[in-house]
Amino acid sequence: MRKLTIRAAINEALRQEMKRDPDVYVLGEDVGVFGGCFGVTAGLIDEFGPERVIDTPITESAIVGSAVGAAATGLRPVAELMFMDFVGVTLDQIFNQAAKMRYMFGGKATIPMVIRTACGAGGSAAAQHSQSLEAWFMHVPGLKVVAPSTSYDAKGLLVSSIRDDNPVIFVEHKFIYDMEGEVPEDLYTVPLGKADVKREGSDVTVIATMAMVHRALEAAEELSKEGVSVEVVDPRTLQPLDNETIIESIKKTHKVVIVHEAVKFAGPGAEIAAMIADEAFDYLDAPVKRVAAPFTPVPFSPVLEKEYIPGKEKIINAVKELTA
Amino acid sequence: MAVEKEKLNWMYRNMLTIRNFEERVAELFAAGKCFGFVHLYVGEEAVATGVCANLRKEDYITSTHRGHGHLISKGGDLNLMMAELFGRRTGYCKGKGGSMHIADVELGILGANGIVGGGFPAAVGAGFTAKYKGTDHVVACFFGDGASNQGTFHEALNMASIWKLPVVFVNENNFYGISLSQKRSMNIPDVAARAASYNIPGVVVDGNDVLAVYEAVQEAVKRARSGEGPTLVECKTYRYRGHFEGDPTVYRTEEEVREWKKKDPIPRFETRLSQMGIMTEDQMKQLRDEISNQIEEAVKFADESPWPSPEEVLDDVYA
Ligand SMILES: Cc1ncc(C[n+]2csc(CCOP(=O)(O)OP(=O)(O)O)c2C)c(N)n1
Ligand SMILES: [Mg+2]
Repeated sequence: MRKLTIRAAINEALRQEMKRDPDVYVLGEDVGVFGGCFGVTAGLIDEFGPERVIDTPITESAIVGSAVGAAATGLRPVAELMFMDFVGVTLDQIFNQAAKMRYMFGGKATIPMVIRTACGAGGSAAAQHSQSLEAWFMHVPGLKVVAPSTSYDAKGLLVSSIRDDNPVIFVEHKFIYDMEGEVPEDLYTVPLGKADVKREGSDVTVIATMAMVHRALEAAEELSKEGVSVEVVDPRTLQPLDNETIIESIKKTHKVVIVHEAVKFAGPGAEIAAMIADEAFDYLDAPVKRVAAPFTPVPFSPVLEKEYIPGKEKIINAVKELTA
Repeated sequence: MAVEKEKLNWMYRNMLTIRNFEERVAELFAAGKCFGFVHLYVGEEAVATGVCANLRKEDYITSTHRGHGHLISKGGDLNLMMAELFGRRTGYCKGKGGSMHIADVELGILGANGIVGGGFPAAVGAGFTAKYKGTDHVVACFFGDGASNQGTFHEALNMASIWKLPVVFVNENNFYGISLSQKRSMNIPDVAARAASYNIPGVVVDGNDVLAVYEAVQEAVKRARSGEGPTLVECKTYRYRGHFEGDPTVYRTEEEVREWKKKDPIPRFETRLSQMGIMTEDQMKQLRDEISNQIEEAVKFADESPWPSPEEVLDDVYA
C-alpha cells in the first residue's frame, strides 16, 4: 500500500473532508501560504482558497472562541493551535465554552469542532514550546481527546474527529510528523474510543501514547531478543478511553507498564492506572509501573532534554523490573 | 536635541554588538552549535538601542521571542548569553531556557518570552511594583505588531492607563507576524492608534533611526517617571532574516527586503556620527574589530563551557 508521513496523512484527511463537506474549514496562525508551522496544512489554500483556509492574527482566544461560535451555528471548524503550549492563552474558550455549552444548555447545542495542536519535546524548543498537556483535557467533561501515533490512525481519527458532534482536542506529536506508514487513498474512519494493539505479546503489556508508542515498539523488539514477549497497546483516544482493550491485554499478560511523555504526576497514565486498579486488579501479578517525564518543565539544553524525555532504555528497565 | 557624545558612542557600539552577535549566532546555528528556536534581531537594532539608552540599571524590560537585542541593550552579558544559546551550565539559565527565555533579573531583564503577548501583564506588574514602592523606576515592554492583536495587549494597556503606571509600551512593527503581514492582521496602518482606546499617548517613529527612537522614548520615560502613566511608542522597522532561523520566507518579496536594507539603521547612524564629527572612519573600524573580538570571546567561552549534568533537570522547579 501507499506510504505517507503522519504530516501528509493529516493533510489528506483535511483535504478530503473539506471536499466532502463544504461546512468544514481550517483556521489558525500561518496555515495559509506558509502551510502551518509544521507544514501540515501545506497546499490547502491553493485548493480551497483563503475563505476556507484562514490565516488568523495571533489571537488564540478568538481562534478557538470563534470556532466555538461557528460550530454552534452550523459549521465544522478545524482550528490549529501552533503549539500545544499555547492552549494556555485560550483555555476559557476550551474549558468553559466549547466543553460545557451542550450540557449547560440542556443538550440543545452541538459544538462539532476540532482543535489540532502539536505537542512534544525533542528539539530544544524549551519550556513553552514542548509540553504534552493532554491530561488537562481528559479531565474536562464534554471534550474528547485524540492522540495518534501512526499515519493510518492519524488520517482515520481526524476524519472521525471532524465528523464527531463534540469538541475534539486532536494532539499531534511534532517529532513523529515525518514517520511513514501505510495509508489508504480513500476516505475511511478510525473510531474514537477504540485502542489498537500495535504488537502482540504475552509477558508484559506496555500501554503507550503518541511518540512513546514507537519507543515502546523498539523496546519490545529488543526485549524479544532476551525472550521477553511484550504487547504494545496504543489507546489512540484518551477520552473516551477504551478500557476493554486494555483489560483484555492485562488478562493475558498480568503485568503492565504505562508510558507517556507528559509528566508522570497526574499525567494520562495516572487515570489509566487507576482504571486498571478499579477494573483489572484481579488479573494483575505485579504493581502497575509508569514511565513518564519527571515533574519539571521541559528543559532547553539537549543534555537535559534527553534526560527528560522517556526513552527506550527506561521502558526496558521498567519491563525488566516486572519480569525479573 | 543635544545628545552627549558618550551616549552616541554607546548607541553605536550597542547596535554593532547586536548586529555582530546575531550574525554570528546565525552561523553557529547553521553549524549546529546552538539549538531550538532562534529569532534574530538583525535590522531592528536601533529600536532596543534607542529605548534602552533612556533606561537605568534599576529600570525593567520585558522582552519577546526576538530578545537578544533587548538583552544586550539592557546590559546583558555576552558570554552568559552565548553560553545559554549553546545549552551550557554556565549560561544565563544554566541551559534550562535557551534563546527564548534568557533573563537577568538583577539587570531588570524580566525575560525573553516564548508566548507572544506573554510579557504585557508582567510589564504592568513591574510598573505596579514601582508605583507601590514609590520608586521612580520605569518599565519598557517590547512587543511586535503581531503581539498587539493578543487580548493581553489590550488588557495590559487598559490597566496601565487607569492605574497610571510607569510603563513604556514599545511596539516593534516589522510588518509581519511570521507570515501574516500587518495589513492582513489589523485594519489600521499604525499600531500606535490603539493608544487612543486607553487615552494614553501613541507615537509613531522611524524605528531605523536610533535618535528618533531615543527622543520619542525619552519623552515617554519622562512621563512615566513623573507619574503621568504609560505611553505607546511604535517603531517601524524590518527584520532582515527569516522569522526564525530556517524560515524559507515565502511570504515576502526579495525586493521588499532590498528596499528596507537601504534604510539600514547602522550605516545611517554612521553617516550621522561622521557628520556630527563624533567618530572618524578609523575609529569606527577600530570599534568594529573590538566588538568582533568580544563576540569571539563569548563564542569561545560558550564552546569551552561544561554541559549541565543530566540530574540538573530536577533543579529549580520550586523555590
Ligand atoms: C501565544 C503564541 N502564539 C503563537 C506563537 C508563535 N509565534 C512565535 S513568534 C510569532 C509572530 C510574532 O509576531 P510579532 O509579534 O509581530 O513579532 P516578530 O516576530 O515580528 O518580532 C508567532 C505567531 C507563540 N510563540 N505564542
Ligand atoms: Mg512583527
